[in-house]
Parts: sequence; C-alpha cells; structure tokens
Amino acid sequence: MKVTIPIRKLREIDRILVVVPVIITIIGILTIYSGTRPALEQYHPPFYIRQLIWLLISLVAMAMMFVFDYRWLQRLAYPLYAVGLFLLLLTIFAGYTGMGAQRWLRIGPLSFQPSEVFRIILIIATAKYLQSKRAPIDGITLAMSLVLFGIIPFSLLYKQPDLGTALMLFLITSIMVLTYGVRKRILVTLIALFLLLSPVVGQLLWKGLKPYQKNRLIAFIKPEVDPYGIGYQIEQSKITIGSGKLLGKGYLKGTQGPLRFLPEKHTDFVFSVFSEEWGFIGSLVILGLYLLLIVRGFETAYIAKDPFSTLVSTGISSMLLLYVTINIGMTMGLMPVVGVPLPFFSYGGTALLSNFMAVGLLINIRMRRYKLFY
Amino acid sequence: MSSKKTAQVFTYITLAVFCVLALRLWQLQILKGDYYREQSIKNRIRVVKIPAPRGIIYDRNGIKLVKNVPFYIASLLPDISEKEINLKALSKLLGMSEKEIRERIAKRNPKSLEPIRLKMGLSFKEVARIEARRSDFPGLIIETEVTRAYPYGKTASHLIGYLSLPTVEQLRNPGAKEIVQGSLVGQWGVEALYDEKLRGTPGMKFIEVDALGRQLRTIKIIPPRRGDDITLSIDLPTQIAAEKAFNKQSGGLLALDPQNGKVIALVSLPSFDPNEFVTGISPKKWTRLIRHPGHPMLNRVLQSQYPPGSVFKLIVAIAALEEGIISPGFKVNCTGSISIGRWTFRCWKRDGHGLVDLKRAIVESCDVYFYEIGRLLGIDRIAKYARAIGLGVPVGLKLCKEKEGLIPTTRWKKKVKGRPWYLGETFNAAIGQGYVSITPAQAAMLTAAIGNGGIIYKPSVLLDSPVEIAGKLSLKPSTIRILKRAMYSVVVGAKGTGWRAKSGIVPIAGKTGTAQVVSHRDDEPENRWAPKDHAWFVAFAPVREPTIALSVFVEHGGHGGETAAPIAKATIEEYIKQKAKRENEGNHTH
Repeated sequence: MKVTIPIRKLREIDRILVVVPVIITIIGILTIYSGTRPALEQYHPPFYIRQLIWLLISLVAMAMMFVFDYRWLQRLAYPLYAVGLFLLLLTIFAGYTGMGAQRWLRIGPLSFQPSEVFRIILIIATAKYLQSKRAPIDGITLAMSLVLFGIIPFSLLYKQPDLGTALMLFLITSIMVLTYGVRKRILVTLIALFLLLSPVVGQLLWKGLKPYQKNRLIAFIKPEVDPYGIGYQIEQSKITIGSGKLLGKGYLKGTQGPLRFLPEKHTDFVFSVFSEEWGFIGSLVILGLYLLLIVRGFETAYIAKDPFSTLVSTGISSMLLLYVTINIGMTMGLMPVVGVPLPFFSYGGTALLSNFMAVGLLINIRMRRYKLFY
Repeated sequence: MSSKKTAQVFTYITLAVFCVLALRLWQLQILKGDYYREQSIKNRIRVVKIPAPRGIIYDRNGIKLVKNVPFYIASLLPDISEKEINLKALSKLLGMSEKEIRERIAKRNPKSLEPIRLKMGLSFKEVARIEARRSDFPGLIIETEVTRAYPYGKTASHLIGYLSLPTVEQLRNPGAKEIVQGSLVGQWGVEALYDEKLRGTPGMKFIEVDALGRQLRTIKIIPPRRGDDITLSIDLPTQIAAEKAFNKQSGGLLALDPQNGKVIALVSLPSFDPNEFVTGISPKKWTRLIRHPGHPMLNRVLQSQYPPGSVFKLIVAIAALEEGIISPGFKVNCTGSISIGRWTFRCWKRDGHGLVDLKRAIVESCDVYFYEIGRLLGIDRIAKYARAIGLGVPVGLKLCKEKEGLIPTTRWKKKVKGRPWYLGETFNAAIGQGYVSITPAQAAMLTAAIGNGGIIYKPSVLLDSPVEIAGKLSLKPSTIRILKRAMYSVVVGAKGTGWRAKSGIVPIAGKTGTAQVVSHRDDEPENRWAPKDHAWFVAFAPVREPTIALSVFVEHGGHGGETAAPIAKATIEEYIKQKAKRENEGNHTH
C-alpha cells in the first residue's frame, strides 16, 4: 500500500467534517462531566477523562482513515468482513456481559464492542459487493446481498443480544441496496412479501426478545402504564428535557442526572442531560450541528467519483442519520428505548472511534473525488 | 446515476426528520416546559411537615390539665434489608416476638422513606438500653415524638377530651391539610372543639433527595407555629371535689357561673382515661370501653336525657305565676291523690299534704298541687315557658353531639303520635314525668336563669371568651322572689326535701327531683333488684347573688334529696372556698 499525502490534498481535507464531530464530542465530554457529577460522595466517575483520551485516539484513527486512497479498501473488503463476522461470533461465546447483553470483548486491559467497528466494515463490504453488480440489481443479487450483509450479521447481533445495533445495521444494508437500485418488479414483490410476512416475523422477533426489551417496547407504546416501572426511563427523560425550557437550567445546574432520576445519563440519555442544562436553544444548536454533518455526508455521496465511494458515503451518512434520529427520538419519547448511542456525544470509546473512522472515510472520499488527480 | 439522486432525496429526508425532532423539542421544552420543570422539582424536593407543639389547656387557676411529653419509638431505617437484621437479638432487645417484628417489616410501604416503626412508647429504661447497644443493630433508630399526657387521668376527661390518630373522615375534611402525618388530633371534648386553635401551624422542611431517596441536604425550613394555649373556666379543685362526691355512682353534674354562663365543673361518670387513647388504644381496651355497662364514653351531661321529675315543677310554677293563673297564696287541698274519670294520680306522699300554697308545694314537692295548676295552664302554656328557658333545644356547649330533650305540646303529640293530647298527660308533665325529658346541662341552665333573675347566658368552657346572652325571660320580680325563697326553703326548711344540701358555709337554694324508671311502678312493693329511680338535684348559691348554679343527676340514685343533694352541697362548698381563696390571694398581691 502506497501512502502519499500531497500538500494539495491536505488542503482538500473538509473542514466541516473534521470540526463538527470534534465540537460535538467536546460538548459531549462536558455533558458527561455534568451528568455524572456526584450528589453526595466526593468521587466523580472518570467517564469524561476516558472519553477525552478516546477522542485523542479517535482523531489519530480518523487521520489514518484518509491518508491512503480509499480504493485500497475494496481489495481488503471481504477479508475484513470475514474478520468482523468472526469477532461477532467470538463475542457471543467469549464476550462478557454488561447489562444483560454480551457485547464486549476484552483484550488485556482494553475492552471494546466489536459491533461498533463492524458497522464500518459492513458498509465497505456491502459497497464492494454491490458495485461489482449491474444496477439496478436482479433478484438473485438482491437476495444474496440481503442474506450476506443483512440477515447474517443481524442474527449474530440479535444473539448477543444487541437488538438496537442489529436492526440499525440491517436498515443500513437495506438503504444501500435500495440506493444502488433494484429492479422495479422485484422491489414491488419484495414490499408485498414484507407486508405479508411482517406479522409472522414480528411474532418471532417478539418471542425472542428478553423481558427488558419487551418492557421497553411496552413502555414506549404506553409510558403512563407505570411511571415507576417500565415507563420510568422515558418519563424521566421527558421530564429532564422538558424542564430545560427555553434557555436551560445552566451548565452544571441540571439535577436529573446527578440525582440519579435519569438512568443511563452519560450513555443513551446524554442528550437529555444536555437539553436540561442548555434548553431549547442549546438543543437546536446540537440538532443544527448534526444536520450539517449528515447533509455534508449525503453531499459527499452525491459528488463522489465512483459507485463504491457513493455507496460507502451513503451508508455512513444514513448510519449517522439513523443513530441520531433514533437516539434523540428515544430521549423525547418518539421512539422506543432500543439502546442506541448518540454518535460522538454518548460515552463509549469504541463507538467514538468507529464514528471518527467513518467520518475519516468520508473525508477520504471527498479528498479524492476529482478524477484529475489520478 | 440513480444512487446520486437518492443521496439528494436523503438530504430532504434528513431535513424533514430534523424538523420533527425540533418540533418535539419545542413541544416538550416550550409548550410543556413549565409542567416538566415542576416535575423535576417534585422529583428532587421532598417536603416534610414539622409538627407544631400543641397548645396547653389550663384550668381557671392556671393549673395545667394536659402536658406535652416526649414519646419514644424504636424504628428501623427503610433501606435496611431483612438479611442485615439480627432478628433474634432484636426481638430480645425490644421484648417483642420475632414474628411480630417480621410482620411489622412486611407491612411497610416499599416506596415509603419513613422508618418502620417497631415499638411505640418506649420507657426511659428501654431507650437507655437500646442506645447502649445501637452499634450492634445497623438501621435501628430511636424516633422522638411529642405526645399528650393527662396528669389528672379520668378527672374531667369528658370535658378535656383526648387525642388520637385522625379518623378517615377527619382526613377527608378540607381542614385536614394542616394535619401532619402520624400526628394526633383532638377527638373529644375541648381537645376536639378547639383542635384547630390548639394544633398550631406545622412547619415545613424542604429536603433535596436523589432517586434512591437519600436525603442530600436541607434547602429551607419554615418553623412551625406553636398552638395557642387555652384557659378553661373550670375550677379543678371543684371538679375533683364533685367527682369524689359521686362516690362511684354513675351520673352527671354541670356547674356554671349564673352571672356569665362559664362552666365551673362538668362531671360525667363513669369516665375514661384519655391517656389510653394517645398512644393508640388496643382493640381489646376499646371493646371493653364500648361494651362497658356503665357507658364510660357517653357524656351524661350533654348526651343523656331523662324525665326531670319535680325539677320541672319550677317551670310550671313560673308559667302559672307569669300567666296570672294563680297568686302565691293560691291553695290546693292535697288528699294524696286526684282522680279524673277512672284514672287516679297520686302524690308521692300517700296520705297527702293537706292544704298547701305554692311555696309549700315546692318545698315539700307536692304533686297534687301541680296537677291542679297544670290543669289550669294546659300543656302548651307550660311548654312555652319551658322552651323560653332553654329546654327542648341543645344548650350549645358543642363539646360533643348534644341531646336536646323533649318538651311535649299538643301539636307535637298529634304530629308524632297521631293522637290528641289527654289531660292525664298534662298531669304527668306538670310533675316532670311522662314525655318530658331534659339533659343535666339543660337543668343547670334553667337553675342558673332562676338564680340570676331570668337571663340565659350561652354556656362556655373558655374563661376569657366574651359573655353571650342567649335569651332573656322577662319575669316579674315577684316570681323570681317567690321561687328563690321557696328553693331556699327546700334546703333549709323544716320539711324541705333537699335538707341534705344545707350548708354551714353558704346559703344554698335547690330543688329535688326524681325521674321514674319505667320498669318500676309506685304501687308495687319495693324490689331491691329492680333499678331504682334516677335522682335529680338542682341548686344555686349564694341565694341572693348566686355565683354557682348546678345540676346533679345520679343514675338510679333513688330520691333526689338523698343522693344528689349531698353532691351539690360538696361541690358548692368547695367552689365557694376556692373562690374565697382566690379573692384572698388577689387582695394580697394587689
């Protein structure tokens, strides 16, 4: 692999794609600091320090993702995908449990979530597979891609169980396939088949859910059932956000997180903690930053020079869109609690790393969008 | 290329999705922001009411009739798990069975942050023992509360009343917001009547808590306002003397100042010990009180009504004199009985009193004389005077739900019984038997009105409350004079029925009465197992300008002169002595 960074190319590094994620991450670290403030004891859990360290690592990883020509990835796509699947399998058997799910692998002192890194590998492999076929794709290609990059990873993640990520990745694969183009007849058949089978599939999925997952869904549909039981998280999150009002309670003045009324305050519900302290105005700023990032991502897909890079940037952008929508929607009671972190904002090292790597890829694609440079 | 177009489409989708998110934010933070802000405050701020010290009740001499005393409770902190408790040792320490402790723990509300109360009312010795071994029992604490003690026990308990945990109805009352959870509320007597005044205003403590219920810090304290003290008009020494004079008989006594209606003593026997209620009366004790044949929970002064017997003759005499039906010299020949048709109405004295005038008829309580003037008056005119003097309506002491007694009229009979009034019934009513019934409180009121010349004061138990006049009888001075003279002779006259009330200290005027108990008839031979008649005695003293008027009622006491008169005498003498003592002391200090 030849690594060259001409000065001209460095100038082509997209500032929005670098600056916006860093800003969001720093705001995230500040919010994690505030949300995990101790109420009584002096000990302040060092989540914010760890996240800061992960940010530095992630910046290096992001840079590494754009120094080489992304086309090299096409060659590595399938071996990487095989390794990724193996790691998922390993997690099922050798992973350790956290919060009722086996999601972490431990290597020495480090622990990481293979599913987080797998997201990017999946996008690259799917893009590689699709671009080798003619668009719009036929039935066999569609079935192949959905099985290879949809159902197989879904089953492995579902088994962990990490339903949130499993659904998320299946959606990303589907979006990429649809983006690439499917023959109309097949598409119609597929939709009809989906509508016909959805009750059966839904039933099967419901049966396979763990009790806490079922509770989350029930709580989403009827949060008022028992405000201290399953609907508690959603209700507390809405209280946290709503109590921020227009301008918020002020930084380090939030009460819901430190007093432990809001669970998962530094991970899945970190947005609520931010909203409580910064109010409607602050929340709009965050939404604006994400909007800027995601639209920039789709724009990258639009201006990319080849089908592979278009597919990869569509995959990454839609991934960000899905994660942001589902997480923020969840904190506001618009979506069920599925345990999806907010990209760049929620505490979690592997997720931060993989998100920066994903953005690094977008930068890479943007840098090398002109055929002229080759 | 189609995937490029799709990227464009996705940009629009992204915009739309973010619009939805922003709208939802607007809804939560702007539209419902106030609601959620309040919810977040409710989450973290817990308001604990601080009970206010209850006002003290004094008698007219400044003697404390009630006390606020500390009350100790052994409790467990709610976050202690059952595994952490050494049940065996704990049961030994508290002197209660393991099963009882386990039941108390099981009964708690899992969401409550209040300590679990294991044993109430610890003695000082128990407190010391538990404090010494506290370190062996994590989570075991001693809570201190203030409770009420009644140093004089059963004395005046119907007047003072008692406290206990509020009933369901009391909590439903809109005024109940002020009641601190677990605090005691007046249930009877003065404690209930002036509960709001005595209760004070509870303070409030705002505590910040976290989701685990840990109390982090106190944000604000609004101190409680102590309840107001109350000084009663009762005279404790007189009250004690009166209760003692009953000599364990059942009955009631109400003594008041005829010049202002202030209650001097209120006796209802048998009574109860209010101390038993304060720390939560056991169901067994309660059943015993309720089922007690003597009905200790009945306020006999206000809640029981009986035929007034010859006491009622005072009313008949007033009516006859005021209506001009008779002159004081009007005489009737009592032959021992009077007959109408086939009915014979006897005088209590079988062989008759001979020729009697009004005074003698009152002094010797001649029935025939009153049959005669009753016939002349008619029941409705008697009722008019009885009502004017306050009979047939509650006296309005409000200490409990009062009975109003009954003053029959021809209209009443037609309405209630559906029959016309008969002359024989007028005869019965004229001597205070038959349908007529009054409460001991009403008897005291009528006595006071005669004593002070016809003013009916609204009775009150508060020493300093303004004097209220409920009504005025515009009686001829001669009527009052004749009655007072006759009543004085009842006590001091040679043949007076109330001679047992004669005092060497103070001139007392009175009237005896005997309320017939229905099962016992005069013409039957005396049966010692049959319940005896009830005894009445009403009196005021000193005769010229009375300072005390009272009624005494002794259940199954027989004739009023025998059992009730000595009680009246003892009570009046004690009061006159106390009054003299107070006035002496007053002179010394000035």
